[in-house]
Amino acid sequence: MHTRGPIAAINDFVVKFANVNGSGSASANELFARSILRMGVPVSPRNIFPSNIQGLPTWYEVRVTEQCWLGRRGGVDMMVAMNPQTWAQDLKEIDSGGYLLYDSTRPVAKSDLRTDITVIGVPLTAICNDTYSDVRQRQLFKNIICLGVLSWLFEIDPKEIERLFGEQYRGKEALLASNVRALNLGRDYARDNIDPATCQLKVRRADAVGDRIFVEGNNATALGCVYGGATVCAWYPITPSTSVAEAFQSYCKKLRHDPVTGEARYAIVQAEDELSAVGMVIGGAWNGARAFTATSGPGISLMTEFIGLAYFAEIPAVIIDVQRGGPSTGMPTRTQQADLISCAYASNGDTKHVLLFPEDPKECFDFAAAALDLADRLQTPVFVMSDLDIGMNFRLCKPFEWDEGRTLDRGKVMTAADLDAGKTFGRYLDVDGDGIPYRTFPGTHPTKGAYFTRGTSKNRYAGYSEEGSVYVDNMERLLKKFETAKTLVPAPERRDAPAPTRHGVIYFGSTSPSMEEALDRLAASGVPLDALRVRAFPFSDAVKDFIDAHDSVFVVEQNRDGQLRSMLVNEIGIDPARLVPILHYDGTPITARFIVKAISSHLEQTFSIERRLIHS
Amino acid sequence: MTYIAKPKLHHPALPQNEAGFTRRDYEGTISTLCAGCGHDSISAAIIHACFELNIEPHRVAKLSGIGCSSKSPTYFLGNSHGFNTVHGRMPSVLTGANLANRELIYLGVSGDGDSASIGLGQFAHVMRRGVNMLYVVMNNGVYGLTKGQFSATADRGSRSKKGAVNADAPIDLASLAILMGATFVARSFSGDKTQLVPLIKAAIAHEGAAILDVISPCVAFNNHAGSTKSYDYVREHNEAVNRLDIFTGQPPIRADYAPGTVTEVEQHDGSVLRLRKLDEAYDPSDKAGALAHIQEHHAAGEIVTGLLYFDPTPGDLHHGLNTVKAPLASLADGELCPGPAVLAKINAGLR
Repeated sequence: MHTRGPIAAINDFVVKFANVNGSGSASANELFARSILRMGVPVSPRNIFPSNIQGLPTWYEVRVTEQCWLGRRGGVDMMVAMNPQTWAQDLKEIDSGGYLLYDSTRPVAKSDLRTDITVIGVPLTAICNDTYSDVRQRQLFKNIICLGVLSWLFEIDPKEIERLFGEQYRGKEALLASNVRALNLGRDYARDNIDPATCQLKVRRADAVGDRIFVEGNNATALGCVYGGATVCAWYPITPSTSVAEAFQSYCKKLRHDPVTGEARYAIVQAEDELSAVGMVIGGAWNGARAFTATSGPGISLMTEFIGLAYFAEIPAVIIDVQRGGPSTGMPTRTQQADLISCAYASNGDTKHVLLFPEDPKECFDFAAAALDLADRLQTPVFVMSDLDIGMNFRLCKPFEWDEGRTLDRGKVMTAADLDAGKTFGRYLDVDGDGIPYRTFPGTHPTKGAYFTRGTSKNRYAGYSEEGSVYVDNMERLLKKFETAKTLVPAPERRDAPAPTRHGVIYFGSTSPSMEEALDRLAASGVPLDALRVRAFPFSDAVKDFIDAHDSVFVVEQNRDGQLRSMLVNEIGIDPARLVPILHYDGTPITARFIVKAISSHLEQTFSIERRLIHS
Repeated sequence: MTYIAKPKLHHPALPQNEAGFTRRDYEGTISTLCAGCGHDSISAAIIHACFELNIEPHRVAKLSGIGCSSKSPTYFLGNSHGFNTVHGRMPSVLTGANLANRELIYLGVSGDGDSASIGLGQFAHVMRRGVNMLYVVMNNGVYGLTKGQFSATADRGSRSKKGAVNADAPIDLASLAILMGATFVARSFSGDKTQLVPLIKAAIAHEGAAILDVISPCVAFNNHAGSTKSYDYVREHNEAVNRLDIFTGQPPIRADYAPGTVTEVEQHDGSVLRLRKLDEAYDPSDKAGALAHIQEHHAAGEIVTGLLYFDPTPGDLHHGLNTVKAPLASLADGELCPGPAVLAKINAGLR
């Protein structure tokens, strides 16, 4: 029984595909998303996948959103239920008034279906079995036939799908023809058997995509490393970061070979573990190359000793952390922002590291390149804190940009000419008053500028020393360098509420699209909030100013312990009572619905307490 | 300990090598190791070898891990950049450094704790990658800085200074290196400079992964009766398979060898190795034979030294990666960054 009637929506709904891992559904699902994009309607797809190659359940969620809300919305308007293993769970997830599309080849008992949704059965297996004799073809084309049915239901222009086939199978005309045939099998079945008014979720041509690009964050990070001049990449495979190194390899193959000799202007080494990977990065950077590694939380744990060495010996290192659910092996294929503290303070002893928080692939590109500059400028490890949600999903974002005259900032390097000119060289000497010393590269000069790099305490001229005052002098200079970092890292972005407000919200990274949507919804419901998106650690002074300007500030994060909040308390001395944690950490990307609900209910409680206090 | 500077005054008549450097130019600071430490003899042999090879000192990068052995790079090649990394992880840092600049000479210095215990993984992988380097293990079978615990190269049944008997099987780094694909594997003794110096020179000239396992007695903790790494034990049980001479130019013609006892091999860099056989049956180009020989003699309590395995035409890491000849670290912005026009095309492909 429909309590509110079937959901009707144009260019604003969520479709979720429930599939079996390894069944070839991924490419058909991606075609579905892209075809809508080609109609000028933004989409935001997300893979929800297991740590498995074949057999376990996997989902693909597509949010169709003309308003370009790219965060995960929550809820499902149509479930394409193709996995018997998860049938009951998938059915339950559909919003009341929503739709179920299922393979009706085997009849399903009425009692197994909900009455408050619209059920659309298509005998997909039967159509395949009638059409194809080959088992593999039956499986693969089932996904395309299903795409045909969906395109008819949602009124997606089939020409867009055919064009996408054309791009995918350029030069493979037979494959192109057979895919078009399968698509039409689905469309024809739907036309002949389903009333067009059954599904009231529709896609209409729009002009809301603009010049945006559609790309995975890890791919963007890799391209940023190419543009940022990285020549040494050492890595160890770990989900969800593996595709960073793989994309770097594929971009380098196209962009970094000498046109005459064919030789490579880069070196990629798959190390034996993360310790070795970061060791190679440190060795490469010590010797003057721009070097990076990509990993995830467990890899950071393993790299920690080396990170301390790079901090104390002052060697650049770029570490891309594509965060996943922790601790330990945690949830390898789920997303979290739970490595902030382990990265910010990685190592024994007193250390602080520079962290950058990209919000989308565009910033993955920008921050990867920026991290290589910052690492050389600051002579210290720099972390790019991406996550699975950004890294492994296609995301619509602004196109990549690179200024014509931009040069790579290689930081303070003393050359043979500098040394011959009689410049004083002290490896750990603060010449410029910014805490950043000069370095020389091995092989620079026959008699000047050589020094010994070590993880032990040393004086300003790199000589070993355990003298207390010498140690303190060096540690204080490192703090000064961290102060300098504040002025060099990407500044936070502030977005003020349409009306004056006493409340603010701080967020970062992949929370961004859901937060923007939540801010609009909250403002529309009479809860205006000023917002600050933190883009780096150390925190610039603007972060403190923002908190000081509000009575209370929500800190929205995707971890259990409020790690950014702890850092705000510790690093800029904020009274913890003024920072309200809003925490989402079940491994799924945070949604606008969650944020709106959590903030609204907190404010309601506060107001009711205030009212009680006034009345008593 | 403090940082001790050596006097900078040089004797005016010190002889210079062909590159214009004196022996002093290859020295470092004064050693803070124990008097009589085998490691200091190895440092002296490295200085000697670099002087004779006419190497410009600043063209060497010396890297080490942690431990007594790993402190020694401060005691030689003071005009070279050095890097005292973390325990057992020197190989990865050296690999990264080599990736960045293939033109320098890489000298990795490690010990038996650093290479055979905590760093066994990195030791194996740096060999299999064929990193162009000389990897010296100053092998004394004992942890010196923490005062006398057994290391993983200590022989089963050998006694510690306190009288404990080692129950674990030893790791033979030379055999392991052969198995892992190192292309120049030698063993020597810190007390045998005439054997050690030519091996160091040949290993530096070798354009691939070269390793020298040098038995280097610890006078403080492992030089007593019952130790198999003491001066006395090694002298008595040293079974050299060959003697090596290395010539960087045309070798002099010598006629005083019995036929079949001398082999000459030219290395890729043009240097010529002249091997005088001490054990007629030993063939250093035979991997399996080398391993068997080392095992058999070890079982008999003997330490096989000399050039144990040698491939005169090795490939190195850069060869496999097909990297440009110039150091990656020296490439200009324009050679690295594809620029905005290419980016516009990439953007177009992502729509």
